[in-house]
Amino acid sequence: MTPDDGGRLPAAFTALGSSSFVDFLAGAAPELLPGAARGADRAPGGEPEVPHATTVLALTFPGGVVMAGDRRATMGTFIAHREMRKVYPADDFSAVAIAGTAGLAIELVRLFQLELEHYEKIEGTLLSLEGKANRLGTIVRGALPMALRGLAVVPLFAGYDLARGDGRIFSYDVTGGRYEEREHHAVGSGAVFARGSLKKRWRPGLSEDEAVEVAVEALADAADDDAGTAGPDVTRKIWPTVATVTAHGYAEVPADRLADVVARLDARRAAAGGDR
Amino acid sequence: MTFPFYVSPEQIMKDRADYARKGIARGRSVVVVGYDDGILFATENPSRALHKVGEIYDRIAFAAVGKYNEFESLRVAGVRYADLRGYSYDRADVSARGLANAYAQTMGSVFTTEAKPLEVEVVVAEVDSDPAGDELYRLSYDGAVAEVRGYVVMGGEAERLQAVVAGGWSEGMSLPAAIGLAVRALGSAGPDGGADRVLRSGQLEVAVLDRTRPRRAFRRLTGAVLDELLAARG
Repeated sequence: MTPDDGGRLPAAFTALGSSSFVDFLAGAAPELLPGAARGADRAPGGEPEVPHATTVLALTFPGGVVMAGDRRATMGTFIAHREMRKVYPADDFSAVAIAGTAGLAIELVRLFQLELEHYEKIEGTLLSLEGKANRLGTIVRGALPMALRGLAVVPLFAGYDLARGDGRIFSYDVTGGRYEEREHHAVGSGAVFARGSLKKRWRPGLSEDEAVEVAVEALADAADDDAGTAGPDVTRKIWPTVATVTAHGYAEVPADRLADVVARLDARRAAAGGDR
Repeated sequence: MTFPFYVSPEQIMKDRADYARKGIARGRSVVVVGYDDGILFATENPSRALHKVGEIYDRIAFAAVGKYNEFESLRVAGVRYADLRGYSYDRADVSARGLANAYAQTMGSVFTTEAKPLEVEVVVAEVDSDPAGDELYRLSYDGAVAEVRGYVVMGGEAERLQAVVAGGWSEGMSLPAAIGLAVRALGSAGPDGGADRVLRSGQLEVAVLDRTRPRRAFRRLTGAVLDELLAARG
């Protein structure tokens, strides 16, 4: 950040070549990269106690994708935060959701958002959806040393492919491996239950509204069986974060619509449950 | 035996300044005009890809005249500077003033220490939610900075065009009026006579920093949108 003698911008700023902010950061200010912190290889006595983000999921519908995440961050058996945001816009036509070590994950999202905007400003054009997915893989791989110390981050990426005209989902492992998912996917502690729910409720040709309902229901199912995942909190009016990405861009489902979805879901389940 | 000639520092600086000025004068001018909802940038530039005006950050834009490779490298440096600053502090902490300073130091340092000065002139602009808070900085090849109010013209015929803009500019003018004024100035006939030219949308590069837009204020005006505004200028 500090310009060299006389306040002149250092050579790295005017150097030709990369349109990548991550590459620039690695040269100009490597200490700012997430996961650059040095220290003990591994905290004594297993994993360090830091907040973890839990369940996020994505599913496709004709013409787009829905991405959703619950709001709970846990630290062991302790609830660290109940209004955490795990779904973020990556740019106008894609969304990224995070599971794993919360602090690192938030930083990683910030870097990824900037990476896409930086490219757009320098090149004057948007990256392809595959290009965005590959950049996220590179960023995740950069945080591998932290993952090996027990601080893993696993994102889920989804977006609208402007060239193909449909929604696509990509999942990752801690080594930056990138896998394209068909139809739907979930990651995080409650993912097993969310995936089960998605498998039963997803079908081809869902409308956007139905896809939002399926997402909320899958999160509710995950919260039912996983202690790390929060269900919709009717008392505090804390709803999951649900976003859609279509040809019109990234949009978040407003709270009043989510409240309706949750109310309908609760009513249906109460009716099915009967008397005990 | 030959003796090196003594050249006074004044002469060296004068030669460099003349060299830079000649390079800049060869290029087409850029007109920057403040209007009620933002700041307008206009230049005669038939290219769709090689821009003279660019986005730097949420509320900050850049415009330049002179050698393309030199100002393009300054623009990229500006984007990197702004993004790095916003990443290490916060988006709100990136300011046009800081960027203008960094540019001034860079251009001044190249002017005095390198073999060839930069043949560029640059404007750094920032819109605020209130027109009174808008900032415009004009930087010349030797690193001199001037903060200007309302409007500024750079390039070969800057003084003549500046007079045209000064004659028509008023505070709080509308966007179509501002485009009309800028295009009239760009097309006005030179001192060697000839008729004023009417520039069409295909010959123009036009962009705005629009204070009413939520985050990223920068927007290019092209095609049908620009045609409509050109028709509405009256």
